[in-house]
Amino acid sequence: MLDGGQSMPTDGDLILELPTDVQSIAGAVDYVMSRCLTCVHEVPRLNLNFRVGLTEALSNAMLYGNSADPSKSVLVEVAILDTRVEARVRDEGRGFDPALVPDPTTPENLTKPCGRGLFLMRELLDEVSYNAQGNEVTLVLRLESSGTLGGRVRA
Amino acid sequence: MSFQVSQNGDVTLVEVEGQLIVGNRQELKQQVLEQLEGGDRKFVIDFANTGYIDSSGLGVLVSLSKKIREQGGELRLSSLNEDLRTLFELTKLDTLFRIADDKEAALAGF
Repeated sequence: MLDGGQSMPTDGDLILELPTDVQSIAGAVDYVMSRCLTCVHEVPRLNLNFRVGLTEALSNAMLYGNSADPSKSVLVEVAILDTRVEARVRDEGRGFDPALVPDPTTPENLTKPCGRGLFLMRELLDEVSYNAQGNEVTLVLRLESSGTLGGRVRA
Repeated sequence: MSFQVSQNGDVTLVEVEGQLIVGNRQELKQQVLEQLEGGDRKFVIDFANTGYIDSSGLGVLVSLSKKIREQGGELRLSSLNEDLRTLFELTKLDTLFRIADDKEAALAGF
């Protein structure tokens, strides 16, 4: 469990160290998803919300955090709990201020090719938080059927 | 990911199979840009067999749409499944593209 929270673990934690190679993202996400799907039953929210969030976090870590430097790696820790799934993704970069990332849905940004990854994470996950340095993001998808489900979809 | 390219009159149809993601988005971009440089101006990209598009894939579609418009053409999309439509709606890209229910409708409407 990543945060020592109140949920009970169902199948332990999962830790992956990935090379900075965007070709590795799909396979890593598929593996994490397969582990998640053996433990929890909210398949639609996992398949869309968590999959998208994790994919975007890995992509950001490799392309922006590690600046696509193949000598650097990305650490992924996943905790599959009875009430939530958590993922922590850390890169070896200097970090950034997520508050400075503009809203990609405004008219002036809508036609820009970049900038939607963090937005999608925030829209689809229940919690998205960064460490102080800005090189580690923690994603939380709650599995309760009640309460505030960050995924505006699939709730 | 793989894709099939076919001509339907003056419309170029690109059918994407698999995931359009950061690891393979440049393949689609290069293919469409080659068609554009070859004189094609009307494009439909069909996602009937596409499970997922990430933000990089969305970005490539935005970039291609802009380049095609600059040449006086248009890019239309078709066959978004429920998850893909959700991503387009969240990012408001559904307001940027003409999106048809299927490729036949997209081709017929061009």
